[in-house]
Amino acid sequence: MSITVKHLSKRFGNFVALDDVSVEVPTGSLLALLGPSGSGKTTLLRIVAGLETPDSGIILHHDEDVTERSPKERNVGFVFQHYALFRHMTVFENVAFGMRVRRRPKAEVTERVHELLRLVRLEGLEKRFPSQLSGGQRQRIALARALAVQPRVLLLDEPFGALDAKVRQELRQWLRRLHEEIRLTTVFVTHDQEEAFEVSDRVVVMNLGRVEQEGTPQHVFDHPANPFVMDFLGNVNVFHGRAQEGKVLLGNMEVEYPQYPHAQSRDVVGYVRPHELDINRTPNGKSGLPATVLQVNPAGSVAKVRVVSDEFGIALNVDLPLERYNELALTTGETVYVVPRRVRVFMPDDYVI
Amino acid sequence: MQVDAQWLKAQSPRQRAHQEPAILRWALTGAAMATIAILIIIPVVNVFVQAFADGWRAYGRYLTEDPDTRHAMLLTLFVAPAAVAGNVLFGIAAAWAIARFRFRGRTMLTTLIDLPFAISPVVVGLTFMLLFGQQGYFGPWLQAHGIKIVFAWPGIVLATAFVTVPFVARELIPVMEAIGSDEETAAVSLGASGWQMFWRVTVPNVKWGLLYGVILCSARAIGEFGAVYVVSGHIAGQTDTIPLRIEKLFQAYPNTGSYALASLLMFLALFTLALKVVLERKTRQEIEAAAAAVTDQVSA
Repeated sequence: MSITVKHLSKRFGNFVALDDVSVEVPTGSLLALLGPSGSGKTTLLRIVAGLETPDSGIILHHDEDVTERSPKERNVGFVFQHYALFRHMTVFENVAFGMRVRRRPKAEVTERVHELLRLVRLEGLEKRFPSQLSGGQRQRIALARALAVQPRVLLLDEPFGALDAKVRQELRQWLRRLHEEIRLTTVFVTHDQEEAFEVSDRVVVMNLGRVEQEGTPQHVFDHPANPFVMDFLGNVNVFHGRAQEGKVLLGNMEVEYPQYPHAQSRDVVGYVRPHELDINRTPNGKSGLPATVLQVNPAGSVAKVRVVSDEFGIALNVDLPLERYNELALTTGETVYVVPRRVRVFMPDDYVI
Repeated sequence: MQVDAQWLKAQSPRQRAHQEPAILRWALTGAAMATIAILIIIPVVNVFVQAFADGWRAYGRYLTEDPDTRHAMLLTLFVAPAAVAGNVLFGIAAAWAIARFRFRGRTMLTTLIDLPFAISPVVVGLTFMLLFGQQGYFGPWLQAHGIKIVFAWPGIVLATAFVTVPFVARELIPVMEAIGSDEETAAVSLGASGWQMFWRVTVPNVKWGLLYGVILCSARAIGEFGAVYVVSGHIAGQTDTIPLRIEKLFQAYPNTGSYALASLLMFLALFTLALKVVLERKTRQEIEAAAAAVTDQVSA
């Protein structure tokens, strides 16, 4: 079951939660709604579930308009950020709830609950109450409960937000495997880009109630559509410079920029990720930016080097492969030349931050 | 400040108490005990002593033989549950609105729920007279349509309900606020209708608080005197409730019958007190469990 939302808008008083949002979730895919808090991602999810009504816009399940339908009629499974398990019910009754309110026969309910508990690998906990479960177990019960009604769509709101790092890591991989097993169209909300990239097939990056970019994790990471996405998806070094006649000048660094062939120069911003910067001992033509080594930290899979550009007066983060770092044998205080392997250039007029 | 806090921590409560002069401790405790004894214990015991002054048999006779007394008991048995039922409906609706929604007039509603605590019941009675009495605003219309409110059971139920409005709502609001709406939203997302959500999720979560409110409300409804005195017209065998009947028997001679009937209310009070102790603890557990669930989720 594919989901399409078209031109959704929603306000809460003066706050614009969603501003003309359109998203498509293909059948059987796992889509992440990624964005900072207040970006509207949870509101979008709740509108898709029918827990919130949009001010304008429509929601389609396959080709069917479900905008006016109740959550029950939409048949979606929703997993809440804080699980929202029924505290006075046992695990069994929690999972059975959706079937009970649909008045399914007892034998069917029992069979299905056991089947689901097997699926989430929590057999034997039927008689426990939510307060007797760990955070990870609660999350899986919440998932089993959402799956019990055989939803056509699964929606998860910050599913791992309240768990500690290790459990979160395990559950992510588990969710990915589960998705491969049951192939249910799934949308999940997260503010953690690593989580979005690790789990999802497609990512929708949201900010201030709008979709900033949509695509596969790889595509979004490699080709961020604008500075917000670039900035949100990880560490980035920012250079201000000018574009003219197919070239961009960021201080001493010169980068090809065929998108702007005009003679009149314009202000631009160049974004470079730490791993896209290299360090040289020699100026190497026009492209090197003189800088002073401030700090080196070779612990981890890459060596993290901080340098200060005298020209820009800013600190830059450079991630060097360990071999390269050992080869250079950098010491603090020495002058080096920073060379970008890749610069993403944005014209400030293209967007408004 | 820090020194003070450490000093306090080092002292057990007993040690600190010992540092007050013994005479002061005895005087304070003694004064409190004496007040309780004079104001509460002696009158309570006296009611039972007087009620059973003529023996068990006479006690039974006082309660069962007088038809007006029997009628008063039946009337109270009808009026109190009716008023409580109304207040349960109102209390749940009001608590729901206050705990779940932010709307204009919310604070005002919260304040108004407490109003009956502040108004003298006699004034409540007079207000109902002014509305529904023969000389009242709606009096002529009601009379023309043959509807009796004052000097009849509807007036008694109304007056009793007004006086007991705060009890259920006040117990439910904190419980509902502590529990929050997450589980209710979850129920809706799983396909529950409004009623299914209410009966399967909301009610079980607040059941102890609700029961506690009902008990307090019932006790107050059964004992209501002032408002009912005014609207009922206290007609023996017709509109006398137990408290009105007690007053009437007390004015007569010999007045032992009034103590017998009063002892009934006293038994009820002691029973309520016992229930209150149990239910108060359950309600607090309900709230604490809700709070613990929240911290659990954050720390888990």
